[in-house]
Amino acid sequence: MLEVRGLALAYDGIAAVRELDLDVAAGERVAVIGANGAGKSTTLKGLAGLMHPRAGSIRLNGEDITRQPAHERVCRGLSLVPEGRGVFARLTVAENLDMGAYLRVDPGIEGDLDRCYSMFPRLHERRRQLAGTLSGGEQQMLAIARALMSRPSLLLLDEPSMGLAPQVTTRIFEAIADISAGGVAILLVEQNARAALELSSRGYVLEGGRVALAGDARDLLASSAVRRAYLGE
Amino acid sequence: MLGSIYALVALGYTMVYGILGLINFAHGEVVMVGALVAITAIGVLGPATGLPGPLLLLVALGVSVLACMLLGALLERVAYRPLREAPRLTALITAIGMSIVIQNLAMLAWGRQYLSFPALLPNEPMILLGATVTGTQLIIVALTALAMVVLMGLVNRTRLGRAMRATAQSPALASLMGVNVDRIVVVTFLVGSALAALAGVMVAGYYGQAHYHMGFMLGLKAFTAAVLGGIGNIPGAMVGGLALGVIESLGAGYIGALTGGFLGSHYQDVFAFAVLVLVLVFRPSGLLGERVADRA
Ligand SMILES: Nc1ncnc2c1ncn2[C@@H]1O[C@H](COP(=O)(O)OP(=O)(O)OP(=O)(O)O)[C@@H](O)[C@H]1O
Ligand SMILES: [Mg+2]
Repeated sequence: MLEVRGLALAYDGIAAVRELDLDVAAGERVAVIGANGAGKSTTLKGLAGLMHPRAGSIRLNGEDITRQPAHERVCRGLSLVPEGRGVFARLTVAENLDMGAYLRVDPGIEGDLDRCYSMFPRLHERRRQLAGTLSGGEQQMLAIARALMSRPSLLLLDEPSMGLAPQVTTRIFEAIADISAGGVAILLVEQNARAALELSSRGYVLEGGRVALAGDARDLLASSAVRRAYLGE
Repeated sequence: MLGSIYALVALGYTMVYGILGLINFAHGEVVMVGALVAITAIGVLGPATGLPGPLLLLVALGVSVLACMLLGALLERVAYRPLREAPRLTALITAIGMSIVIQNLAMLAWGRQYLSFPALLPNEPMILLGATVTGTQLIIVALTALAMVVLMGLVNRTRLGRAMRATAQSPALASLMGVNVDRIVVVTFLVGSALAALAGVMVAGYYGQAHYHMGFMLGLKAFTAAVLGGIGNIPGAMVGGLALGVIESLGAGYIGALTGGFLGSHYQDVFAFAVLVLVLVFRPSGLLGERVADRA
């Protein structure tokens, strides 16, 4: 469903991602791992339309979306949960979720809202609170739930476990697995390489803005290069 | 009275600042254009249609609101949108430049002289709750209150308003929700300009006159009101405007006594700018704001 070819992204002329080829099939779970500054977040920003590519192409469900602005990609089924749990701190939890459904006019919104609340009951308890008052884990849950409110077919997640306690991370990864079980394709960027690869069927390793390794998640987990560099062995 | 006018104009400053981080110094000129367009509309439509005073005023207000919305959208499109990514100072200088351009165009169109704003409302003083008020004053207060209630409803209760608040917090994040940020920015200018038109008609009606230079001082004072309330904060602009109006009229009343008769009440403008300086020195985030830093 997602086909990225030769993607190049830069900040003020300084290249951050080069010659990137990446694919995600419908319903697939794919991990992207790499060191700090490898270009993982930049890649997701390029896919979501927050940065304009210098070169290359992005196709989603056969349609070329390379030049589309971010807000037009949302209704094509792509949704990004940005790095650092971007929630609207001064909107309530419920308003954040409503923003997720901003483009929708169908009658299914209420049902999806109920589903989000049953996935994360904590959000229901706090639905009238400002999102900025939530804990880090709750904000991450909110960011994921809000992304689901647009009914994406491809969910991009940027380091959802960052700064979270291990049991919260486990909860988040369970939720991601559930979402994937519902047929949503997942592109997961993580520092937590082991958890990400264990969840995924395929993986990419980024180094210096390029794909250094790509393949089956199980093969990557077993490869000595990945074990040494990213799994601390 | 003037406080409610400051509040309406301050809303335009604060809403644009909230979304773009830009002080739209040309906003005061939009108020001026609103006043002058209304005068022209009354002059043309009055004899042509023979409408009764209050109705004519309402029609003129409508024309003025439309003209100002057009001007606001034009400013955004032509002057500010190309500078969205440019340094703040560039945009600020552009805003000041646009202010000068609009003022000069207005001077060419309407001339240098004061134009009188006809009295279209019954203006005998009446006694209300022990205070003497005129019909004009009552209408100014009532219309301001109405405009604010409508604005708060729009911002807090509608999908569009939610998108405006979301965009003010983070345009990038809002675009990830599917919000067309450009459109939200235009809407913000349209709403601010409509309020500016309303303020322009009111201030011209209040003083009975208008001229091409009136937007400058009014704009500065409204900007002061916005800073006083906490720039970027919508209720803050309302509170700041009303507070500035009170400070000014108290100040004008007592300035003679305070200075032993040395300064007269025509020095009332001093108070607005004293307030601006004091706020900037002691509480730059304003009365209701605590979040100037996180926008910068
Ligand atoms: N806003 C920015 N402006 C300029 N350079 C940037 C910006 N964001 C990232 N970079 C640079 O781009 C490169 C890739 O950064 P990116 O954020 O994509 O890395 P990452 O893989 O997500 O790292 P991390 O694990 O730290 O999140 C880095 O060299 C970084 O310094
Ligand atoms: Mg990153």
